[in-house]
Amino acid sequence: MTETMKHTLLFVFVGVMILLEGMTDFLFFSGSWNSALVILNMGLISAIMAIGVNIQWGFAGLFNVGIMGFTALGGLAVVLVSTPVIPAAWSSGGVSIVMALVMGALTVVAAVMITKFMPAGKLRALVLAVVLIAGFFVYRAIFDPAVGSVEAINPALQGNIGGLGLPVLLAWPAGGLLAAGAAWLIGKTALGLRSDYLAIATLGIAEIIIAVLKNEDWLSRGVKNVVGLPRPLPYEVDLQSDPSFVERAASWGIDPVTASTVYVKAGYALMFTVVLLALLWMAQMALKSPWGRMMRAIRDNETAAEAMGKDVTRRHLQIFVLGSAICGIAGAMMTTLDSQMTPGTYNPLRFTFLIWVMVIVGGSGNNFGAVLGGMLIWFFWIKVEPMGILLMELVTSGMAEGSALKAHLLESASHMRLFTMGLILLLVLRFSPRGLIPEK
Amino acid sequence: MDLLNALVALTNFVIVPGLAYGSQLALGALGVTLIYGILRFSNFAHGDTMAFGAMVTILFTWLFQSVGLSAGPLPTALLALPFGILGTIALALVTDRTVYRFYRQQKAKPVIFVMVSLGVMFMMNGIVRFIIGPGDQRFTDGERFVISARTFKKLTGLQEGLAIKTTEALTVITAVIVVAVLFWFLNKTRTGKSMRAYSDNEDLALLSGINPERVVMYTWMIVAALATIAGVLYGLDKSFKPFTYFQLLLPIFASAIVGGLGNPIGAIAGGFIIAFSEVTITYAWKKVLNYSLPDSLAPDGLVQLLSTDYKFAVSFAILIVVLLFKPTGLFKGKAV
Repeated sequence: MTETMKHTLLFVFVGVMILLEGMTDFLFFSGSWNSALVILNMGLISAIMAIGVNIQWGFAGLFNVGIMGFTALGGLAVVLVSTPVIPAAWSSGGVSIVMALVMGALTVVAAVMITKFMPAGKLRALVLAVVLIAGFFVYRAIFDPAVGSVEAINPALQGNIGGLGLPVLLAWPAGGLLAAGAAWLIGKTALGLRSDYLAIATLGIAEIIIAVLKNEDWLSRGVKNVVGLPRPLPYEVDLQSDPSFVERAASWGIDPVTASTVYVKAGYALMFTVVLLALLWMAQMALKSPWGRMMRAIRDNETAAEAMGKDVTRRHLQIFVLGSAICGIAGAMMTTLDSQMTPGTYNPLRFTFLIWVMVIVGGSGNNFGAVLGGMLIWFFWIKVEPMGILLMELVTSGMAEGSALKAHLLESASHMRLFTMGLILLLVLRFSPRGLIPEK
Repeated sequence: MDLLNALVALTNFVIVPGLAYGSQLALGALGVTLIYGILRFSNFAHGDTMAFGAMVTILFTWLFQSVGLSAGPLPTALLALPFGILGTIALALVTDRTVYRFYRQQKAKPVIFVMVSLGVMFMMNGIVRFIIGPGDQRFTDGERFVISARTFKKLTGLQEGLAIKTTEALTVITAVIVVAVLFWFLNKTRTGKSMRAYSDNEDLALLSGINPERVVMYTWMIVAALATIAGVLYGLDKSFKPFTYFQLLLPIFASAIVGGLGNPIGAIAGGFIIAFSEVTITYAWKKVLNYSLPDSLAPDGLVQLLSTDYKFAVSFAILIVVLLFKPTGLFKGKAV
């Protein structure tokens, strides 16, 4: 069996799994096309995130554990781009907020300039401290009242600065840009140091981004969530009241409710597939180009690459920004799919470390591997819970009814997820470190 | 009198909590830094090792409470602590044998170790959630306060009260004892010296006949003990929730790096630097300023520099500043 054959079969396996999910309710399958499409859609998004991580880790050997933060920035972009404009917010405090943020940024820039251009010494430290402290207080003095007045506007529904009222599809590239900006800032500081430091710095920035999203109510309503974001596809309810749609559904012999939900989800699946294929093609082209070969040369031996005149830190920064931008796009797509922004649901185990499991299992350095890993691991992430419950029912079947241990085991079965994912990661790292579809 | 009140308020809200939190961070950072110095990787599973140790201790505490065993005014968890340490040592040694040793023999790159520690983190997190669940667990008992706000006010006649929780006093005392024993061990005993030698120069240590597997084994035992103690103290002081322990990873890493990775003294200093920065920056200074400034200068707002939700941002900002200006940390660590 050739390599290509084997790899195709792996993809076919994932496809069959998702088809089975739709067709049969045998064992852990649910037999619902809706659930199959939900898995497929999130699988496609996970595959895109995995491509982003693969670009960073597989091409360049950068260890980014802040994927959650970039994903969340993508989600924020959806809110900022697609929600309707709130003129009252802009007239009351929006402008001051922007001014305050610009002021804050200027303070930081001034501080950087001072450290760059003044000779080191006590005077520099003093000037630096004065600039930073004064900047901070000016920033708070403009910022606090503006935030108060923005948050006071219709707080039950809005209370934030609103968006630009643009089509939601524009939010996807915007999400990428936002994530790229954050990645540039973090890469500028942490790249060029030891590899562990980038890991810790990205871990930190992700936590901070989530903290900002949770607490800055003027931005995206914080934990009050933004719901009912605009969608690129029609609402199920509208489809069900559309006579021509109902008629067509009837001609297929499906009831209109199922037909409308499946129609919308399939529409998303189509859109996500288009994005995935486009990104996959670009990643593949990049990998094959001289640029991709240079990246892999840097990854394999930094010293040698540097001796050949390659600017390692700059190239690292470039690829770090690119990979993070892809994660941002995926994050924006995910928020569009949910049509709501809920900062409370971002959890590093699910949004950062799970993606890493996908990349490692799929095969780091190979874009097709990343896609396969994304789809496969997502399927298992969803299905480990019913599998765990099945297993626990089997284990506890001999125990007395109503025993405390049995109840505890059955109740805890849902926590099997993390354990299983850790086990899969360790087993792959140990016995097949190159993953299912190894790098060529 | 007003100045005295300001001082008491400062002690009550900043110094005492800062000392307790700093001791917890220092103990956690010591574990991270020891692993870094001897096994040469950043152990992402450390937070979950702490959670595991705390969990075992909690289970024993509940057992002791149910048979009526107690430590009088002190929390029962102190009696259960040795068992928690033993359990965590067992887990750490099994993990090393089954997981890390393979990569050590392969001489894998540090970043592979970090990735492996991610897998270990997942599994430990899963085990803890599986056994005790993801929810909040309180296991503090015994006397609640060494000195409560009301008694303090009565004793001194001041307006401001000073409350010191038993757990806070206990945390600081335990941390001092543990650190003293650790430094005695590292500096005076044969095993401790071989550990430091191995950390300084692996090849030279091997040449002089030090058994690396023994060094690694002792390191894991010490780290497991430190992690358990830190985890239990944190749990006693606040409360036990698996996810909080995972989130502690960031301030702990920040402490270790700020002090200089691989340097035990740096880890302790870093722990207190991070803790006090977090507390002072997120504390609302209104009360202290009202007491210490004349009325005309008294502030209107809360004078809180950042809301408490941003305490991660504080440790992170310090981390970034140190990385930018002094990547080896304040106390000269090993990493560049």
